[in-house]
Amino acid sequence: MTLTATSFDWVRQLVHRESAIVLQPGKEYLVEARLLPMAQQRGCAGVSELVESVRNRPDPASTRRIVEALTTNETSWFRDGDPFTALTGTVLPQLLAARRPDERLQIWSAACSSGQEAYTVAMLLSDALPNAATRVSITATDLSREMVERTRAGRFSQLEVNRGLPATMLVRHFTRAGNEWEIAPALRRMITASECNLAAPLPRLGPFDVVYLRNVLIYFDLCTKQAILNRVRQIMRPDGWLFLGAAETTLGVDDNWERVVLGRGSAYRPRKGA
Amino acid sequence: MRALVIDDSRAMRRIVGTILTGFGYEVREAGDGRQALDVLQEGSAEGWVPDLCCIDWNMPVMDGLQFVMATRANPAFRQVTLMMVTTESETSQIVKALAAGAHEYLIKPFTADALRDKLALLGLLPEEVSA
Repeated sequence: MTLTATSFDWVRQLVHRESAIVLQPGKEYLVEARLLPMAQQRGCAGVSELVESVRNRPDPASTRRIVEALTTNETSWFRDGDPFTALTGTVLPQLLAARRPDERLQIWSAACSSGQEAYTVAMLLSDALPNAATRVSITATDLSREMVERTRAGRFSQLEVNRGLPATMLVRHFTRAGNEWEIAPALRRMITASECNLAAPLPRLGPFDVVYLRNVLIYFDLCTKQAILNRVRQIMRPDGWLFLGAAETTLGVDDNWERVVLGRGSAYRPRKGA
Repeated sequence: MRALVIDDSRAMRRIVGTILTGFGYEVREAGDGRQALDVLQEGSAEGWVPDLCCIDWNMPVMDGLQFVMATRANPAFRQVTLMMVTTESETSQIVKALAAGAHEYLIKPFTADALRDKLALLGLLPEEVSA
């Protein structure tokens, strides 16, 4: 049974209300594909039957699962390269020069998915700084409870470590654990993972020196993008650095940011006086 | 861009070759390390030197590790990037391959995206593909 218009509309509204993610008409196939495993697990004849049963008797666990299923968890190590080259090449030297030696650098991987971005930063900084464990703290957040738990666990499948992780880093920072690879405990301790809905008022976080908010804004409407960028700016240091996805920008969305070209990529910094 | 795909499995050569061709590579193939050295020598005589070799580990006649060592010992192929593409997945084996001169290591099974990520890492992904 294919997804009815009523079911799709209910899912669309639920996902928008809970996460601000916009599911445009035409994304019925996505809802079908993402919710099919849940429907099968519950013995439903199809996705529509699943949606109707949750719609008639909503419970927090089911609605959360539907919302989480509709979020995208595409990620890889060193994704797009440039934001990480910029971190060690430009951003880190400037921050180290600007901060006291006893000041801890705070980095945020917002929408961290299963943790590859946060651990990429941890590996780079532990290679660059002899005292990384005490000098840096990395906050990793995601809307999905399952993704936060995966980030905390720091265990990755063979297919996951194949996605962009240099072999030298694999052998230096991971150990085999059965069919999986486990990140070094010292790197795991650098990261604090927690749930966070970027579309809602943020919990007490920061102030951050560097924020990775990549490939997230593309899922939101203009109003939500503006609200998120504003909230992020409030918990950043005035001389902090924001990295967005390659297809994202603050231009035309929020004028309180200054774009800085870094190598082949770019970063954004809070505009002075904003 | 040019690549030499070295694997004793014809199916695997075809899979890797097809992905690389899709990224704009001109691909040649060899069924073992010895054949691969011949392809390199013959290619070199006509000005065909690969940018990348994708190398299986376990092959008859000459295995992938021996091929890596032989290629590294030849100054004519110093510029060639060597990537192991193998089912061998122990840390000690990865370390051994890197020590022998391999630049990267991709563990089978892998997806086209994983191969693409490795090429990007090595700076061997053509601009029009990475854009």
